Amino acid sequence: MSKQMDLLFQLASLLTLVVALAALGALVFDILSDGASRLSWAFLNNIASRNADQAGVYHALMGTIWVITLTGALALPIGVAAAIYLEEYGTRSRAAHFIELNIANLAAVPSIIYGLLGLGLFVRLMGMGQSVMAGAATLALLALPVVILSTREALRTVPSSIREGSYALGATKWQTIWNQVLPMALPGVLTGLILALSRAIGETAPLITIGALTYIPFAPDSVWSKFTVLPIQIFNWVSRPQVEFKTNAAAAILVLLVLLLSMNAIAIFVRDRYQRQGRV
Amino acid sequence: MTLPIRLAAVTRLLAQGKPLGVSGGFALLLTLAACGSSSQDARSGSAPSSGPGLVTLDGSSTVFPISEAVAEEFQKTGDYRVTVGISGTGGGFQKFCRSEIDIADASRPISATEIEACKKSGVEYIELPVAFDGIAIAAHPKAAWVDKITTDELTTLWAPEAQGKVTRWNQIRQGWPDREIHLFGAGVDSGTYDYFTEVINGKAKASRGDFTSSEDDNVLVQGISNDELALGFVPFAYFEENHDKLKLVPVDDGKADNGDGPITPTPETIEKGTYRPLSRPVYIYVSKKAASRPEVQKFVEFYLANADQLVREVNYVSLGAASYTSSAEKFAKERTQ
Repeated sequence: MSKQMDLLFQLASLLTLVVALAALGALVFDILSDGASRLSWAFLNNIASRNADQAGVYHALMGTIWVITLTGALALPIGVAAAIYLEEYGTRSRAAHFIELNIANLAAVPSIIYGLLGLGLFVRLMGMGQSVMAGAATLALLALPVVILSTREALRTVPSSIREGSYALGATKWQTIWNQVLPMALPGVLTGLILALSRAIGETAPLITIGALTYIPFAPDSVWSKFTVLPIQIFNWVSRPQVEFKTNAAAAILVLLVLLLSMNAIAIFVRDRYQRQGRV
Repeated sequence: MTLPIRLAAVTRLLAQGKPLGVSGGFALLLTLAACGSSSQDARSGSAPSSGPGLVTLDGSSTVFPISEAVAEEFQKTGDYRVTVGISGTGGGFQKFCRSEIDIADASRPISATEIEACKKSGVEYIELPVAFDGIAIAAHPKAAWVDKITTDELTTLWAPEAQGKVTRWNQIRQGWPDREIHLFGAGVDSGTYDYFTEVINGKAKASRGDFTSSEDDNVLVQGISNDELALGFVPFAYFEENHDKLKLVPVDDGKADNGDGPITPTPETIEKGTYRPLSRPVYIYVSKKAASRPEVQKFVEFYLANADQLVREVNYVSLGAASYTSSAEKFAKERTQ
C-alpha cells in the first residue's frame, strides 16, 4: 500500500515538472516562431526606428549590459557584506530579528516602489540624474534582499568544524571568514546572485519611473550616461499598433533571453568549477 | 585557486569597515553618488541637459511615435542627439516644470496645477499642437445591427450609473438584439480614457467600472475582434492597422454645425473637425529657456516643418499644412518674447 502511494507521489511530482517545463517550452516556441526570422546582425546593430524593418536593439542591448553589470557589481559586495555581518558578527538580539524580518519582507516589495525610492533618492536627492548609475543603484536595491538571504543560507551550511579548525590553527575571525567560510559558501552566493540579477534584468517599471528613456540614439559611454534597456524597448514595441513591431518585440525578447541565459551560464560555470575545487 | 584571489582584490577595497559590512557598503554607495553629482555638475552646470546638440523630450506615450519619427529624421540633418521618454503626460510635465527636459510631449493641454508648478520654478513655455488623435468606436464585424451610435447613447452606456444596469444591447436602442453587451475600453491611467470620459460623461475619469480595460490597446483590439457582442473605444491609429478585424461605428453628436448625422472617423473627417467630439489635438510644450539653444530651436522648427508628412507615416492625423505653418510662426514670435 505504502509502496503504491510512493509511486503515486512520484508520478504526481513528475507530472508537475512536465507541466512547468511544457509551459516554458510553449512560451519559448511561441517567441521563437514569432521572432526568430527577424533576428540578424542588423537587428543587433541598428538603433530604434519608426520603420519596424529598420529598427534594432543596439542601444537597448548596450544599456541592459551596462545596467546589469553595474547592478551586480553593487549588489554582490554590499549583499555579501551585509549577510556576513548578520550571520557571523550579529548577535541574536531582538533588533537583529527585526532586521531579518524586514529583509525578508523587502524581497516581496513590488518593484515600482523601488522605482519611486530610486527617483527620490538617487535621481533627485543624490543628483545622479537619469543615469545608468541611478538605474543600477535602484536595481541593486531590488536585488539586495535576495542576495542577502541566499548568502546567509549559504553561510549557514558551512559546517562549524571548519570554523573551529581554522580558529584552532590560530586564525582570526576575519581570516576564518575570508579564507574558509566565504569560499565554501560561494556556490550558494552565486546562485542567489543569478536569481537576483535574473529578476533585475527583466524589470521595466522601476526604470521607467526613474526616467530611463525609450528612444535614445546613443549607447552609454559612462555610468553617468542616459540609457534605455531591452524590456522598455520590448514594452514600447508590443504596445504599438503595427504588427511588424510585434515581430520586433519577439526578436528582442529572444535577445534578452540569450543574454540572460549566457549570464547564468557564466555564473553556473564559475560555481561548478569552484564547487569541485572546494571539495579537494 | 584564482577566483578567491580575484574576489579578494575586489572586496579588499570594501574591507575597511570589517565588522560593519552594511555601513561599509552604503558608504561605498554614497561615495559613488557624490562622484555622480560632481561629474554631472561639471558637465552641464544647472542646464536641463548636458552636452552639445542634445535635445531631451519626455511625456505622453501617445505622442511618442510622432516625436520618435521626428527625432530619427532630425538626427540625419546634423550632429544632434535627441532622446525621448514615455513617463506619461503628467510625468512629463513634472520633469518639464523642474527643467529636467527641454520639451514635454502631452496628449492633453497643461493643467492648472501644472501651470502653477511651472510658474513657481520660472519655466516659461510655448504650446504647439502637433497632430490629431481620434478615438474610434469599434464593434465586431459580424455585429450587423450597429450601424451608428449617438453621443447620447454612448453616455447612457458609459455613465457611472449604468454600471450593472445597462447590460443588454436593446437597452441602448429599440430594435437592437436582446443580448448581452460586452464593453471594452482603454485603461483608466491612459489619456485616451481621460478624454473619452470627459467628452462622453462630462467628467474625466468618471465612468462605469464593469468593462474590460487594458493599458495595451492591442489587447482591446484582440478582445473586440473575438467577441460578436463587443463594443469598445480604441485610439484611431489602432483601428487603421486592424480594419479587417474591427467594424467602425459612425458617431452622431446630434449637432448640425459639423455636418448632420453620423460621421465616420477618417483622416479627412478628423482633420476637418467634422468627426466630433471624439478627436483631440496632441501637443508638444517647448521651454522658452531651452528654445534659446540652437539645437532645440532647430529641432522644433524641423518638427513643425515635417510634421505633416511624419504624422501621417505613424498613423496619426495631420493638422493640415497651413496649421503647422502658423504654429511655426507662433514659435518664432513667442520664442524671443
